[in-house]
Amino acid sequence: MKPPRFRYYAPHSLEEALAVLAETADEAKPLAGGQSLIPMLNMRLARPSLLIDLNGLHELSGIELDSGAIVVRAMTRHRTVERSPLVAEHAPLLAEAIRWVGHLPIRTRGTVGGSVAHADPAAELPGVLVALDGTVQLTSQRGQRLVPAQDFFVDLLTTAAEPDELVTEVRFPFLPARTGTAWLEVARRHGDYALVGVGAVVSLAEDFTTITEARLSFIGVGGRPVRARLAESALRGQPVAAETWRAAAATVRGEIDPAGDIHASAEYRRYVAGVLAERALALAAERAREGARR
Amino acid sequence: MTAVGTEHRVIRVVVNGVPYEREVEARLLLSDFLRHELGLTGTHVGCEHGVCGACTVLFDGEPVRSCLLLAVQADGHVIETVEGLAPSEAELHPLQRAFWEKHGLQCGYCTSGMLMVLKAFLAEHPNPTEEEIREAISGNLCRCTGYQNIVEAALYAAQLMRQS
Repeated sequence: MKPPRFRYYAPHSLEEALAVLAETADEAKPLAGGQSLIPMLNMRLARPSLLIDLNGLHELSGIELDSGAIVVRAMTRHRTVERSPLVAEHAPLLAEAIRWVGHLPIRTRGTVGGSVAHADPAAELPGVLVALDGTVQLTSQRGQRLVPAQDFFVDLLTTAAEPDELVTEVRFPFLPARTGTAWLEVARRHGDYALVGVGAVVSLAEDFTTITEARLSFIGVGGRPVRARLAESALRGQPVAAETWRAAAATVRGEIDPAGDIHASAEYRRYVAGVLAERALALAAERAREGARR
Repeated sequence: MTAVGTEHRVIRVVVNGVPYEREVEARLLLSDFLRHELGLTGTHVGCEHGVCGACTVLFDGEPVRSCLLLAVQADGHVIETVEGLAPSEAELHPLQRAFWEKHGLQCGYCTSGMLMVLKAFLAEHPNPTEEEIREAISGNLCRCTGYQNIVEAALYAAQLMRQS
């Protein structure tokens, strides 16, 4: 399998990349880490006539703290995120989930912006971003805008980005006090796309026995990351207890609507989503308590 | 306006310490560049969509799938392939020696990818557990061995490298 013919251009600055993209948006495809795009070219599922290679744009890579959020620039590699002490401290859910992204030689090339822009419904990063109520920064020659993750992911491989816009930053908000997180997933083999994955965020009251807020974000059960809103609102005010997590699992199974495919049936995904929710909520609550003890 | 970008490009790369300058088609994969342009056929091509890991090489020291990179993207970068592992014609790299002694291969198709990913992994984890090795090679498929002897060879290689 070889890619079809295309023209290749490697801009020297973001400004130049945006100018080229503005002129060629209908035929061009930005090339980030290439871990999804190159297979799509090899299999001829994508046939852009121009590739704009962003790999030389060092201004698009880096991780930093901003007011209320950890900011990961678009061309930051998964491997860099995996090794980052800032991410481990301020976005433990991201640190936990990133280890599930592909394999080592995929994570050395794959980028955060590329993964978000590609919007595979079974990919971890979009699920984390939706769990944390993060935002995506889009930049074009027309300007810059911040889009909440919930609005950014529209459907299977479809986002709110316009053809002339690039994902330039992804922002993961800090967690509130007394909050724990957990990422769990089921895949055929470690590193394969998840059949079902979940990110849980649990915040506790000052007594550490009552849930003040809970979030559940699933991957692999729809065209985009899916929040279990009914389970989330039912969890508010509930005690930290095994029965609470079991009840949440039942609510999750009732409200999600996964599709079946050759990898797993809809029934299996629905069942596993409940199991994972139960475990992830318990683990996140336990971590919220541990965090307070440290 | 003339079209942006080109279908061909001149690239300069250093492969196993040797500098090369070649004009290549933009769509040429790095794996095919190494094999067909440079004659370095030790890098194997299995699935060509990033699943099997046979084509793994080191790109500026990091393991990558050479079938998921374009040759033009290697411009200005340093590549290591399996041909660059052994220090000389007469001497094997400890990884190669370990694979030989522990029978870490049968047909050999996956071997160069295994060696390259393990080279990068062992540099960071000189004293790995069996489980860590299994995770490190989880992106490399072997259809012969059942991985048992590959894992043993990797553990043995780590030991050899710690001793030297």
